[in-house]
Amino acid sequence: MNNSDKSNAGAASGLPTPANKDTTSIVKASLKRRYAAEKRFKLYGILSICASIGFLVILMVSIFSKGWPAFIGTYMQLDITLDQDTLGVTPQSSYKELRAANYSKLINNALLERFPDVSKRKEKRALYKLVSSGAEYQLSAHVINDPSMIGQSIKMWVAADDEVSALIKYKANLDEPENITTRLSEKQIAWTKQMLDAGEIKTGLNKAFFTNGDSREPEQAGIRAALVGSAFTLLITFLLSFPVAVAAAIYLEEFAPQNRWTDLVEVNINNLAAVPSIVFGLLGLAVFINFFSLPRSAPIVGGIVLSLMTLPTIIIASRAALKAVPPSIREAARGLGASPQQVVWHHVLPLAMPGILTGTIIGLAQALGETAPLLMIGMVAFIVDVPSSITDAATVLPVQVFLWADSPERAFVEKTSAAIIVLLAFLILMNAVAVLLRKKFERRW
Amino acid sequence: MNESQQTAFEDIKETVGDVTVDNPKMCLKNIDVFYGDKQAIYDVSLDIANNEVIAMIGPSGCGKSTFLRCMNRMNDTIPSCRVSGEMMLDGEDLYGPSLDPVLLRARVGMVFQKPNPFAKSIYDNVAYGPRIHGLANNRAELDDIVVNSLQKAGLFSEVQDRLDAPGTSLSGGQQQRLCIARTIAVSPEVILMDEPCSALDPIATARIEELIDELRQNYAIAIVTHSMQQAARVSQRTAYFHLGKLVEVGATNTIFTNPTHELTENYITGRFG
Amino acid sequence: MSPATLLLLALLLGLATFAFGRYKALSIARSKGGNRYLHSLPGHYGMMVGLWCVLPALAILLAWQLFETPVTNSLLDSAVPQSISDKGEKAVELYKNDIRNIVSADQLDQVTDPDKKHAALRLNHLNSFSRIALLIVMLSAALIGAALAYRKIKASTEARTVVERILHVFLVSCASIAILTTIGIVFSVLFEAIRFFQQVSFLEFVSGTKWSPQTAIRTDQVGSSGSFGAVPLFVGTLLISAIAMLVAVPFGLLSAIYLAEYASPRARSIIKPLLEVLAGIPTVVYGFFAALTVAPLIRGLGESIGLSVSSESALAAGIVVGIMIIPFVSSLSDDVITAVPQAMRDGSYGLGATKSETVRKVVFPAALPGIVGGILLAASRAIGETMIVVMAAGLAANLTVNPLEAVTTVTVQIVTLLTGDQEFDSAKTLAAFALGLMLFVTTLMLNIIALHVVRRYREQYE
Repeated sequence: MNNSDKSNAGAASGLPTPANKDTTSIVKASLKRRYAAEKRFKLYGILSICASIGFLVILMVSIFSKGWPAFIGTYMQLDITLDQDTLGVTPQSSYKELRAANYSKLINNALLERFPDVSKRKEKRALYKLVSSGAEYQLSAHVINDPSMIGQSIKMWVAADDEVSALIKYKANLDEPENITTRLSEKQIAWTKQMLDAGEIKTGLNKAFFTNGDSREPEQAGIRAALVGSAFTLLITFLLSFPVAVAAAIYLEEFAPQNRWTDLVEVNINNLAAVPSIVFGLLGLAVFINFFSLPRSAPIVGGIVLSLMTLPTIIIASRAALKAVPPSIREAARGLGASPQQVVWHHVLPLAMPGILTGTIIGLAQALGETAPLLMIGMVAFIVDVPSSITDAATVLPVQVFLWADSPERAFVEKTSAAIIVLLAFLILMNAVAVLLRKKFERRW
Repeated sequence: MNESQQTAFEDIKETVGDVTVDNPKMCLKNIDVFYGDKQAIYDVSLDIANNEVIAMIGPSGCGKSTFLRCMNRMNDTIPSCRVSGEMMLDGEDLYGPSLDPVLLRARVGMVFQKPNPFAKSIYDNVAYGPRIHGLANNRAELDDIVVNSLQKAGLFSEVQDRLDAPGTSLSGGQQQRLCIARTIAVSPEVILMDEPCSALDPIATARIEELIDELRQNYAIAIVTHSMQQAARVSQRTAYFHLGKLVEVGATNTIFTNPTHELTENYITGRFG
Repeated sequence: MSPATLLLLALLLGLATFAFGRYKALSIARSKGGNRYLHSLPGHYGMMVGLWCVLPALAILLAWQLFETPVTNSLLDSAVPQSISDKGEKAVELYKNDIRNIVSADQLDQVTDPDKKHAALRLNHLNSFSRIALLIVMLSAALIGAALAYRKIKASTEARTVVERILHVFLVSCASIAILTTIGIVFSVLFEAIRFFQQVSFLEFVSGTKWSPQTAIRTDQVGSSGSFGAVPLFVGTLLISAIAMLVAVPFGLLSAIYLAEYASPRARSIIKPLLEVLAGIPTVVYGFFAALTVAPLIRGLGESIGLSVSSESALAAGIVVGIMIIPFVSSLSDDVITAVPQAMRDGSYGLGATKSETVRKVVFPAALPGIVGGILLAASRAIGETMIVVMAAGLAANLTVNPLEAVTTVTVQIVTLLTGDQEFDSAKTLAAFALGLMLFVTTLMLNIIALHVVRRYREQYE
């Protein structure tokens, strides 16, 4: 009240006197409350940053803790007798015959030899299940590699079944089988323990994960096919999007006249950068597959769709890089009589290249992680074979993640997480390259 | 700077003229200011008196704005800036426990070089200070403060029918008077002005200068200006800064008609700056 | 010869003709007494010839690739037996598809049906004819182009102008691809959507509350076209997006404010990239995280306080979408907040405001338009997000706003309708395009408004 009284009094005399005492005391009284509010506000900021980074940490920890076992394979050592009669082949047999031979019988026999007291049919079948169904291919490859072994006895490490593998990797206490959640029977656990104690079970790098294609059997499923598919798709994306995006950026930044067409192009580019990716999938399905009859599920179509999606990102980054080249360089070149295009090709573009490449890598990293549009063009097929060309049916790493995440087997959770780890590793690598490039060539004019 | 000036600069051991006043509002003693490793102000002492305008002049980069910003601790907002020396407001240490920056700035207001109205209505711009400090108990009091401040800044008649219009919709001169109104709405004791007219046209400048003269009745005012004419028009005392040192202080009339120091004379007579 | 080989061949020819053109220009120059008597550099003459060689060849190759299948397909009609063509267009398509599979898998010798064998042989014949024709046409176009250009080389030929004009056309067409893409999107979703609306009324689609497209698979009897009321989808999409925004806006905005106003440059240089990592994680990873970690967690939490939570609750999907969007909100807001002029902050500090008062009452209102623009962009992301909801939200089209229940979204339905094997013309697949149209129009409008707001905001402080 005092305050305004004084002001009014002042107003009456033409110019008011300031109410200094009031201001000081009022402000003083409010300080404690205001500094508390200040602290609180700052705390909110810190908390939300911590929460955001906390989400990141939780996500990473959850994926890594689930995924690491997939990189570890569990192997059993068996004494396998490569019996000519059982196999039905001789060292001189042709490749075709060697491939067709019955290797699973050998493995089963080896298991029976290891546990001679197993005799009932049901028990035998349970015993055979300790070994992965992929073991016979392992053995077959081994024998085909060196047919002279036929007739001899060999010691060999073969892949164990994924349930056995889970017991070993998660270090279950095999002395208390009742406390273990597994689909294995007590007998099977006992056999496993016996082999483990005898040192006939070991763990090592799961090479099959990197060398196999997809499979219905978790322990055989690998990411090779998806990796190759991703590589093909990304190659197409790069070959299409990089030149087109750079050309578009050069035109818009260096040559485009200020008119409505240019405005329209710019608005379009900005909008395309924000269109949901799945819409690009619809475009790919309707235009490239249904109208132009390009093959479904093929990296070529995936690459085209992803490059349309990546274009705006690279264009925007390239334009920024071109804009950062100072006009003095253009003027200098033009002053020597270079044509506008020569100015760009000889001077501006080389200087802007590091920035353009950085943007391209970031765009490609985005494309590498993209899933939704590829689902639309049929890259969700179950692909066992590694694709050998850009028109073969293929899948890509993120789609493989999606497919495995949908699989009911528990062991696929591990595979999914592992595939995610590989995917993230590639993304981190690409981004690191981009950052290094930027750091190395960053120039302040 | 030619050679004679160089020697003259090295000669600035002590400020010419009396830096103190009888009844000081603010006392600044032996101020040094550093930006990182660079020293911007060298051992400057100066008193600010009540009901008086003191002008700080000097070539650009001489540290006059930096010095002004020490007086309400605005330099705190620049992370690399370090200030040392003795600073008092009514005998209270500026860095002491009884005066924290919030209270200090409420008592020592500031008007900036470029008009910087908030992205709010004219009313809200002026009401901002009273609101954050809780100076008004109700809407009527707040209205009073706003109207009074606008009147004091000589802006009320021009904006009274559009108090809801955004502050940025005003012309440059009006914006600067709005900023002055905003400053006096908090009822400060000292007003610091950092080249308040440098972004304005001559007519708007004249208007602000008149205003400064009126405000002198109630406030201690320190103004930094690059215009000697302006300093001569509005101030009673003038301080001449050169490369971070205070060269000469004195009554405005004396400084402009009969400067003592060679550098001051060179500057006043327009030989550099 | 495969297209890749042909492409390589065309490029090699281009290189060779480049060398010829350059050589001719050089010899002309020598006879005249030096390069400066030429209008352009010798390389320009070479490029002119090379481009005239490669471009026609590439155009022919591209056109061939795009139209070969449709053309051979229609030429195959004559080989389709009468018994099949009597059954209607769909049967013919299926039959031809079969033939094409036989040929592409090279299983001609395994075909027993004489009609099929005949058709397959015909297709094989067509294919090999097409391949040879392509080679001949392409090579002759390349050589004729190169020869014409080669003959034109004289000292006064403006080769550089020609080359630059061609390059300019290339640049313009690359820039126009953005427009072509938009047109492509509009037409592809619009045409199929119109076909859908011929079968299902638009009104039913936007106002119906029952969504069960599955029944549409059954035979093409009249009236068994399923229910295509998309309201539950729209509500589900909005529900999940709303939850996402409730997570992303406060966290993102407060993080941005802290980064822009409080954090030291060092802290900023560490925290900002960390937040950007969140944006770089593929959405399929978030989907897996949502389905495997967040959903069970929320279910467990809900049950521990006596709530029944669906295992595919909207809440779980929404929260994870929100986490994904935090970096968008924070980096867009950060840009906007740092664009607020320092002078405005100084003005507030000069009046004695504390930092938080300055931020809340001066900086934030000044930045609000830009922040709103950023939030709209983020909302458009949330609406269009696919993988997270596909993996963590349900398929059941419940019309509910209870975040603990399962809902489905527009994107989830597009994916489920279009993955799997069904005929392309069924109402079910067309419905996906109608949904796609809705999605495109909504996000487009949001984007246009948001980009406009942000641009106006930028201009204000520039």
